[in-house]
Amino acid sequence: MSFLDINIFGLMGQLLVGLINGSFYALLALGLAIIFGLLRIINFAQGALYMLGAFVAWLGLQHLGMNYWVALFVVPVVVGLIGILMERFFIRPIANEDHLYSLLLTFGLALILQGTFTHMFGSSGMSYNIPDALKGGNNLGFMYLPTYRAWIILVSLVVCLGAWWVIEKTSLGSYLRAGTENPALLQAFGVNVPMMITLTFGFGVALAGLAGVLAAPIYSVSPDMGSNILIVVFAIVVIGGMGSIGGAILTGLGMGVVEGLTKYFYPEASTTVIFMVMVLVLLLKPAGLFGKEA
Amino acid sequence: MKQVIKTLAAAVTLGSALMAAPSMAGGISDDKVRIGVLADMGGPYGDLCGRNCVAAVEMAVEDFGGKVLGKKIDVLSADDQNKPDFGSAKAREWLESEGVDAINGLVASSVVGAVSQVTRSNEKPTLISGAGSNTFTTKTCSPFNAHWSYDVVALANGTVKPLVDSGKKKWFFITADYSFGHALEKVATGVIESNGGKVVGAARAPLGTNDYSSFVLQAMSSGADVVALANAGKDFVNSLKGAVEFGLSEQATLAGLLVFASDTKAIDPSIIGNMRLTTGFYWDRDDQSREWAKRFVDRTGAVPTMAHAGAYSSTMHYLNAVKEAGTDEGKAVMSKMKELKPNDFFARNATLRSDGRMVHDMYQVRVKTDSERKNDHDLYEIEKVIPGDQAFGAQLPECDFK
Repeated sequence: MSFLDINIFGLMGQLLVGLINGSFYALLALGLAIIFGLLRIINFAQGALYMLGAFVAWLGLQHLGMNYWVALFVVPVVVGLIGILMERFFIRPIANEDHLYSLLLTFGLALILQGTFTHMFGSSGMSYNIPDALKGGNNLGFMYLPTYRAWIILVSLVVCLGAWWVIEKTSLGSYLRAGTENPALLQAFGVNVPMMITLTFGFGVALAGLAGVLAAPIYSVSPDMGSNILIVVFAIVVIGGMGSIGGAILTGLGMGVVEGLTKYFYPEASTTVIFMVMVLVLLLKPAGLFGKEA
Repeated sequence: MKQVIKTLAAAVTLGSALMAAPSMAGGISDDKVRIGVLADMGGPYGDLCGRNCVAAVEMAVEDFGGKVLGKKIDVLSADDQNKPDFGSAKAREWLESEGVDAINGLVASSVVGAVSQVTRSNEKPTLISGAGSNTFTTKTCSPFNAHWSYDVVALANGTVKPLVDSGKKKWFFITADYSFGHALEKVATGVIESNGGKVVGAARAPLGTNDYSSFVLQAMSSGADVVALANAGKDFVNSLKGAVEFGLSEQATLAGLLVFASDTKAIDPSIIGNMRLTTGFYWDRDDQSREWAKRFVDRTGAVPTMAHAGAYSSTMHYLNAVKEAGTDEGKAVMSKMKELKPNDFFARNATLRSDGRMVHDMYQVRVKTDSERKNDHDLYEIEKVIPGDQAFGAQLPECDFK
């Protein structure tokens, strides 16, 4: 495809598709950014927990008749609780070690989770249907927008903006941020810092679970669904500025669009373009687009 | 001290190399027939030929009686992780120091390419049950390859030609961007063009792409009659889901070029129902295939793919050839395999050509819709049997190994 035969409708379609994927990236990046930004834990298990979210939704439907709408609330809670146990029993004992330890630990946990699920459910994946109320779509003139994709944008934006607002604009958020800066001092004011860390970790992980439920109807629910997307999401967090909540959200949306356009002009590069951006950003602005210089 | 260790190591290496040297002059080397199964045990191709390919080979060995010419038959297995270097290193270790006599399984085409060089230099039969590239019997053909279950030529002939003949002339490809996808696209393009059709565009999606919506939009704006999915496994599942979700299936026919039964089972019938595709095996064909499939399902719980059935069939044929040849020596067994006609629940009207292509009946099937399915494994209706000589490509003169 040459650069001259750009079809304006086609391009608008690609932009919209990019935004849809971007909102998905934003949701996943948000969880990672919260966990890193507030807790300084590099959580490599986030992708596996996203996979777990999709599987819990699928298992719930198969064995308990739990429908999509219930799953949307129940699954993040279940996955969040698993995250809390993980923090309490695995991550806390090494909290004072170098970041590298939590990275290796969570990476190992991710491999164990993925391996266990492959062993139990095989590799080709499970199907999960789009709920009836979100089936179908609308013709926008330049493209057909499936209702479910519009729903993903809506949920992601609401959750992302909500989380950003809580962390940046409320007193709860200020405690969280203070806990990162100086946990000892905050504890002296009577705040239960370890509990706060556990809950924050649980919340960040719950976001992965939510993304898993959202993804289940459109991608195949399979054990390696998380490992594919995790690295991309990490790149997004790095581009946005490690730990910058707003940066992660905006970069997620932006990279979705960049990736979508690449798929249009030069699809072969679509899985690498985000990493090329990451390299450029690291060279020119090492703290990330929205990060503060250390 | 260092010197001592070095010397010791050299001695051990030399010793083991000597010990592993095959006893020539007929008979069974080291009093055992060992079959190594190399496959994807935990990765994306695991369901189509992984642990269950090992199970299929073990079933064949048990059905054969566990012994050939009075010697015990061993089955070894290893995970090739879909990495050519890994697979060929394992194959070398097996053949050169563990007395393995034949290798089966073999899923990722890239791994097979590397392994078949090792087996060629060691003169050991290579039973390719999972992979699809047609190069193993053309560009990189070897006297020791036996390409068993299917190949991209048979898939293209089976799926593409009937569509072009029915008047669907304009084609668009969504292709997995690696050797297998390219080979499939190239072969299919040949079939399209030689039957009066034309390719209006192609999008090369990187392996493991999660979201296909961009590619689907491109396919939609191309105005093609048929959108061919030249990919496999999870790429196929995700691209098909995207195509249906964005309404592509309403304006064009979707053609899956390589679909395993395990993929079909992983997709909701509302999405894949009524799709037509080509396969080398379907369990619910006749009493013989059903009998085998029932035993396979009882053992593994999985729906048998053409790779599983092929792994069983090729093992059985290999063991028959060892028995007839009176030896497990590679060259003698290969020529016996080519002389005998494979005939079992998988291989129908079959013959192993001198280029290593196992020619057998292929099947055009239609995927059943939800209301037609009686159970989880009730996936296809066989619409047409394609005789082997029409399904597979012609033999090249330079690949004539008697």
